[in-house]
Amino acid sequence: MADAIDADDVLGYAEAWRAQGRGAALATVVSTWGSAPRPVGSQLVVSDAGEFFGSVSGGCIEGAVIEAAQRVIAGGGIQRLRFGVTNEMAWEVGLACGGDIEIFVERIE
Amino acid sequence: MKRELLDRLLRARRAKRPAAVVTDLETGEQWLVESGERAPGGVGEETLAAVRAALRADRAGPVEIGGRALFINVYNPPLRMIVIGAVHIAQPLVGAARLAGFEVFVIDPRHAFAADARFPDVRVTTQWPDEALAALAPDARCAIVALTHDPKLDDPALAIALRSEAFYVGALGSRKTHAKRVERLREQGVSDEQIARIRGPVGLAIGARTPAEIAISIIAEVVQQLRQPA
Repeated sequence: MADAIDADDVLGYAEAWRAQGRGAALATVVSTWGSAPRPVGSQLVVSDAGEFFGSVSGGCIEGAVIEAAQRVIAGGGIQRLRFGVTNEMAWEVGLACGGDIEIFVERIE
Repeated sequence: MKRELLDRLLRARRAKRPAAVVTDLETGEQWLVESGERAPGGVGEETLAAVRAALRADRAGPVEIGGRALFINVYNPPLRMIVIGAVHIAQPLVGAARLAGFEVFVIDPRHAFAADARFPDVRVTTQWPDEALAALAPDARCAIVALTHDPKLDDPALAIALRSEAFYVGALGSRKTHAKRVERLREQGVSDEQIARIRGPVGLAIGARTPAEIAISIIAEVVQQLRQPA
């Protein structure tokens, strides 16, 4: 695993966890409306133990995404999640106003 | 995502080859498209065109093609900055470029300038600039900045830089210095069209005076060229 874990490399974590025989799921921002905290294409990888690396929202919705990811790890399939980031939550992550985010969650097979 | 696709994607990333993943958001079906390789079955002409456009713009996004909701994620190789001249300005420029996400390479055949102590943690190569540049094979994700003020070093590097797909080519020097440089390059047979790609005097005009300020003006111009190409 000489070069598997690169601190910036979400995919590297997915690979490393799978190589250890552990479950992993990948969440990706596929659409945003309004001012979203992370750009389209941003990814978060989640392990079966709930460890995660990367970011899809700067913290607003990570909790819900991690829960959905663990359901996908356990049950397979895919999930599309849509979240509204309220103005209040937006403020917490340093945005002036909120927006909507669509997240695609898939299991690493 | 299938393990096999993840493995191929990681191989492409480690080899610094651009790649894109196309996902059918309804079914979860997925395809890996690697630039320079034949598109996998299931990826039609229209999708392939959208993938190429996404890679060029370095922008992921959803697309609807043939009634299918697809998502294209782009995995471009890291941005690189190649600096010719391990000079005073190169030191803050290396820092600013890294801050902006560039992998940085410094070229200077003058060993005294290239001393490792001056540039800890930076790959400094002491080959001649034209050889060193050719070895780095600048691509469209590459910025090249010539800082030596020495025609023997800057000119051959610029000649190669201008023939490459580098998205940014800049050269340090006053208007007068730059005018002389343009003449020399012309004599070497570099076309006016290619010469016009050189940003010189280098950097955005923000009245920069110190090396750090000049570095900031250069990196600002590089980012502008990357994000808002003319």
